[in-house]
Amino acid sequence: MTGIEKNNPMSDGGLSDLKHEFKGERGDLIPVLQRVQALYGYLLPDTVRAVSRWLKISENEIFGVATFYAQFRFHPPGRHHVRVCLGTACHVKGGEQILLMTQQRLGIGTGETTADGKYDLERVACLGCCALAPVVTFDEKIYSQMSVLKVQRILDEHKSD
Amino acid sequence: MNTRAIEERRRRAAAKWQEVQKNPIPLIYIGAASCGLAAGAAEAQEAVEKYLKKHKIEARTIQVGCIGPCYLEPLMDVQMPGKPRISYSNVRPSDVPIILESFFVKGEPAKSRLAGHFGDGDFDGIPRFFDMPMLKPQVRIVLRNCGIIDPEDLDHYLARDGYLGLEKCLAMPWQDVLETVKRSGLRGRGGAGFPTWKKWLTCRETESDRRYLICNADEGDPGAFMNRSLIEGDPHAVLEGMLIAAYTIGAAHGYVYIRAEYPLAIKRLKLAISQMKEIGLLGRDILGSGFDFEITIKEGAGAFVCGEETALIASIEGKRGMPRTRPPFPAVSGVHGKPTIINNVETLGTLPHILRNGGEWYAGRGTETSKGTKTFSLVGKVRRTGLIEVPLGITLREVVYDIGGGTLKPFKAVQTGGPSGGCLSDEFLDTPIDYEHLAAAGSIMGSGGLIVVDTDTCIVDTAKYFLEFTQRESCGKCVPCRVGTRHLVKILEKICDGRGELADLDKLEKLGRTIKSGSLCGLGSTAPNPALTSLKYFRSEFIAHVRDKRCPAVVCKNLVSYRIIAGKCTGCQRCVSVCPTGAITGPRSEPHNLDPSKCIKCRSCYEICRFDAIAGDAIIIES
Repeated sequence: MTGIEKNNPMSDGGLSDLKHEFKGERGDLIPVLQRVQALYGYLLPDTVRAVSRWLKISENEIFGVATFYAQFRFHPPGRHHVRVCLGTACHVKGGEQILLMTQQRLGIGTGETTADGKYDLERVACLGCCALAPVVTFDEKIYSQMSVLKVQRILDEHKSD
Repeated sequence: MNTRAIEERRRRAAAKWQEVQKNPIPLIYIGAASCGLAAGAAEAQEAVEKYLKKHKIEARTIQVGCIGPCYLEPLMDVQMPGKPRISYSNVRPSDVPIILESFFVKGEPAKSRLAGHFGDGDFDGIPRFFDMPMLKPQVRIVLRNCGIIDPEDLDHYLARDGYLGLEKCLAMPWQDVLETVKRSGLRGRGGAGFPTWKKWLTCRETESDRRYLICNADEGDPGAFMNRSLIEGDPHAVLEGMLIAAYTIGAAHGYVYIRAEYPLAIKRLKLAISQMKEIGLLGRDILGSGFDFEITIKEGAGAFVCGEETALIASIEGKRGMPRTRPPFPAVSGVHGKPTIINNVETLGTLPHILRNGGEWYAGRGTETSKGTKTFSLVGKVRRTGLIEVPLGITLREVVYDIGGGTLKPFKAVQTGGPSGGCLSDEFLDTPIDYEHLAAAGSIMGSGGLIVVDTDTCIVDTAKYFLEFTQRESCGKCVPCRVGTRHLVKILEKICDGRGELADLDKLEKLGRTIKSGSLCGLGSTAPNPALTSLKYFRSEFIAHVRDKRCPAVVCKNLVSYRIIAGKCTGCQRCVSVCPTGAITGPRSEPHNLDPSKCIKCRSCYEICRFDAIAGDAIIIES
């Protein structure tokens, strides 16, 4: 199987890879959706259809479950993920302004992806690094004790990526 | 593996641990929990490895979990053969060669960035690490291994009496284990504080062919990270606690429901589970006792309400995480309709210690009704932030001032219990921290988030923040919670924007009370707490917003304005370069101009002027 086929959720390849990992029970729905999102970055309507047939749960219900949880995305993510933490500690230390500034700089709102597909922006409820608030993550890296200025510098550093 | 085999394994582990303590080769410990990594632990470790390689020094680096004082992260400790472990704080990569050289070349520990040593008594005039003001008042039971052992090495855990509690447990009938836990006085550490033994007994006494145990690691309270730290720093303690609980209630299958936002904790749990399987601590006939147990990890998909027991169960079953009416309680009818016990990470992490040392030993700490110790995440505007463990009954003042070192600006309030808790003013500083006193003050113990705020924090804005959070997280089932929280947010927004009226304050109170009494689950019935307590204890601040259209803390955006003081501004253009909207203009060397219509009040100019500009403080924010 070529890499393209493997990554094409339309072909059976994507899901058949997952089918070994699960029993195909109702309780597998959320872990299955999590694996699908880990593979493709988001939940496409076609994949949801395939999951629906496999687990014998209606598409409506799957969307009902998926939209309930903050983790699931329905749009393609950007190449880089910027997450601004707005836990309580981050909030009292100025997280709101950091988010506002980041939105302004990237020109997108939370949950959106820039037109060039480079960045997506997410606000998260808490990353658990509260003692070092405010916190921002850029891809996998966690930046602590941020300020609006430090975030601007981080975005500048990644300009040429 | 049977009891004898694990004893043998523990003996070997202890010998290995002794060997580590005697350390024939130098050891370098890096605090590599999520908070340490956020502060730059990986960079520090890289610098260590580079140094060792360059100078061809034989030494071992060990990644340990969080020891508590996160404000000192990244922490790096050096232990030379036969010497106590010496800890350095806030270690930048550039500090690493200097510190290491002081040990390996000069033979005398560097004094700069020195935090303390881990040995007993005096050592070369270096203070003891655990004598630091932040650590001295603490009693570390649950956290005893965090930051001390390598969480990825089962032998480290075994060497420190790991799984000894389980052995004792398996040698007793379940009734005796229950009795031990009853004598310990342990109450649920997730927040509600229900006696652990009582819940267990209900489950055990319910006739069923299957029972389930769930470890609730869906630490959803924003501003709390105790569970993350415990799992990252000592995963086996939580898993040993699960085995003890499962044995007592008669469950053969357990779940760990953990937030997907905690990747490192998930990784360490998975590793620990595989280590347990290798030596027969999971599976069939554990330690030859006839007790079978399996653990499955379920990653939460991000919903605060799933911390609620019945919502969590719905989520495990693959449904929307919506709570249902109780009774029946999960202890009677939970996962797939079978009796299910849901215990918090900390509750479970405490069990091995109770089993090892006895119920009375644990009950020797704390107050009449709240026994033992509790972990808290002490964050916000205190000088010393981090993870702490204190005996229950300690006062808020001791925590905020003795442990936390007080605030930079004058103290204003402390929020306990997160979005379900309350905002307590300075009149409560001498209140003992226990379940009853906090409830009497209108707050709750909660899972252990303690957020301290000072005069730079707006109470109305903070209440709005919490209500926005619960409104977003409301599952939508009960109208008072779904619609009511939205209206609470609207009213608070109105007040923060300077459009509020005095009548709004009464509306807040009335609506808050309605939501509390009209909601099914803990989320709705506690959601108005932050607003109600702040209004009760900080009414004057609400009135300043409503009547004077002023935000005393200079936080609420619509009530503050940014101004450049022409006399102070040197025209260095630093602010012009950072303004994201082009609101600041002006030629070099002349006072700049700020266009309020373009200003989004993002604070960039204020910060750069304060810290980087030539004049400094030429931009002020006023209300």
